[in-house]
Amino acid sequence: MTITASRGGLAATRRGAGTSRRGAAPRRGDGRPGALWAVPALLYFALFAVVPMALVVALSFCRWNGLGSPHWAGTANWSRLFHDPQLGQSLRLSVLLTVVTWCVQTLICLPLGVWCAGHQRGRAVLSTLFFVPLLMSSAAVALLFSALLDPNFGLAHTLGPWLGVKDGNFIGDPHLALWTVMAVITWQFVPFHTLLYQAAARQVPVQLYEAATIDGAGRWRQFLSITLPQLRNTVVTSSVLILVGSLTYFDIVLILTNGGPGTSTRILPLHMYLTGFSSFDMGYASVLAVLLLVAGTALSLLVVRVTGFRRMTSQREGL
Amino acid sequence: MQRALTLRAATAVAAAVVLAATATACGSSGPGSGGGSGKVTVWSLQDTALNPVQKKSAGTYNAASKDSQATLQFFVNDPYKQKLQTALGSPNAPDVFLNWGGGNLSTYVKSGNVADLSADLDPAFRSRFLPSVLAGGTVDGKVYGVPMEGVQPVALFYNKDVFTKAGISTPPATWQDLLHDIDLMKAEGVTPIALAGSQAWTELMWMEYLLDRVGGPGVFAGIQAGKPGAWQDPAVATALGMIRDLVDRGAFGSNYGSVGQDSGGADALLSKGRAGMELMGSWEYAGQLATAPDFVKAGKLGWTTFPTVANGKGDPKDVVGNPSNFFSVTAKSAHRSDAADFIKKTVAEPSYVKDLIDIGQVPAIAGIEGQLRSAPNADYTTFVYQLVQNAPSFTQSWDQALDPATAQTMLTNLQKVFNKQSTPQQFVSAMDAK
Repeated sequence: MTITASRGGLAATRRGAGTSRRGAAPRRGDGRPGALWAVPALLYFALFAVVPMALVVALSFCRWNGLGSPHWAGTANWSRLFHDPQLGQSLRLSVLLTVVTWCVQTLICLPLGVWCAGHQRGRAVLSTLFFVPLLMSSAAVALLFSALLDPNFGLAHTLGPWLGVKDGNFIGDPHLALWTVMAVITWQFVPFHTLLYQAAARQVPVQLYEAATIDGAGRWRQFLSITLPQLRNTVVTSSVLILVGSLTYFDIVLILTNGGPGTSTRILPLHMYLTGFSSFDMGYASVLAVLLLVAGTALSLLVVRVTGFRRMTSQREGL
Repeated sequence: MQRALTLRAATAVAAAVVLAATATACGSSGPGSGGGSGKVTVWSLQDTALNPVQKKSAGTYNAASKDSQATLQFFVNDPYKQKLQTALGSPNAPDVFLNWGGGNLSTYVKSGNVADLSADLDPAFRSRFLPSVLAGGTVDGKVYGVPMEGVQPVALFYNKDVFTKAGISTPPATWQDLLHDIDLMKAEGVTPIALAGSQAWTELMWMEYLLDRVGGPGVFAGIQAGKPGAWQDPAVATALGMIRDLVDRGAFGSNYGSVGQDSGGADALLSKGRAGMELMGSWEYAGQLATAPDFVKAGKLGWTTFPTVANGKGDPKDVVGNPSNFFSVTAKSAHRSDAADFIKKTVAEPSYVKDLIDIGQVPAIAGIEGQLRSAPNADYTTFVYQLVQNAPSFTQSWDQALDPATAQTMLTNLQKVFNKQSTPQQFVSAMDAK
């Protein structure tokens, strides 16, 4: 309890100092950086985000195969959107991939992160092991898994029969391929989101648990009534990263299945990439890129609005 | 039209701004600014075996030549095509560039980016190459590309031990033999044919050969030329039906869809005796020699031509694959004649040809059979050489020959046929709608 008291006291002093300074000398821009400070970041953002985005929109009205200069095509590329036989399937696959990876990753990462934030024996060793995938590039992960998924000489040969896949045909089976890809993506990104939850769980004030223990709450009750509500903002952050990320992410799919077998794993971002850089149809690929851009922005705005994240309210009133 | 101009003007302004910024930043002048002495920039692919040979040949050329000096630049295979696509026609284009010939080269020619070398290369020079390979660098009767590497036809490879165990004495000469051998190997519990079905271009090799055997090279020539309804030629459906028959017989086993070529999955099946045959490009020999040297050195790796098909229109001596890689000159090169001179004095030189043979390649040069016989792996290299030399027609791999968009659609749809997701008829209508 003494700790709490001294902390409260410190905070009070700090607040007091702030007030006195504000009262003493109301100089312009005091303590706060001016707009000039934002110039480097804004320039960087304009040059590498806004300009390319504008160019992509312009390109979506052009016919260009990368050779020579683009030719104006009017809305031809955009009307193709309604006749693209692949679009429907790609959209469906993308939605499925997004929803499933979000559910699975959140269900794994949240408890794992909370566990990693504790002080159990062996926790540090295991947490370090969990992080290994985070150190590998997507290309390395994909190459590793294509070796593991070889149905004759890889791990798939051994594990397949255990999982009901007798011949180890995971990425070659049109019905299994997407699920296999999801498993690999989950494997790659679980460490990152676990890290987010671990950091957030460490921030939960210990007094809350102490008070709950005195009130007779068990561990499960504490998790539901303290940990989960305190992690609310982290859930939103992690969810936005997963949802928006899965709209742009395709490197593992590209290397592992290249959208195959047939088109069974041709998710929307991969459809965009293959249209642009394998078919060299930059115009239509730009249409798909604009579509993804709009969808990603809309999705993150929606999540932030629905969850009340943007109100930026504190979860620790009175602490 | 007004809009097109505005856009072009905007692009030009943007390009000018970027260029100006680059120029001020680096303080260097762009290529091709000076006239006079020719600095020829040559773009080629990274290849640990080939690059030293190329450097040596360029060094010899530079030492002998007074004016023209060649600089080689090497690029990684996969991004190279994209880099080339954007660089051609830009101020950053090289003078000489490597390409794959055929349809790929013809795209560049049609966009006006490649120089016609017909006048620079006299008939005596041209006659030094195998005609079926030089044809890969020829578009509409004009020479735009010169072969600069070995030939890479597709052949049928087999494991001699597996054949013996299954009671097969000679490699299959006809399609009927092949089907019979497949049954024999299946009875032995061996996958008859190794196939890397996760990479559609390996499946394409079966289609390329079968269509040629059934309908002759003219069918694909029509498809490549973009003739309306060319995919509807009955030979296409027949060839696909034969593929479907192989799949249904279990010729490729059941899990080929997960097997990769780049990861070595299919090659390992063959060398470890778990599969009997594999249809692959001629680089298979060097690949097996590197990953399974004992298998090759013990003489267990066999090779033969693709089987004949009864009542087929194609010549059984026809081959498919990659005729070669080619050197071409960019249309806007400031050193056009120097660039042509470089090609002329390097790619057919006896010392360069000898070096190619020494690293295991089979150059597309006429009359080198004797030379091949005295070099290592003579049995194999002379087989490849004769295969190409005697071929009335050498069809380029379809994924290189067709325009990129069609090639993509074709590979995807073909993979669906191999996976029983599509019927041959669905393939034809999907390609016809393209």
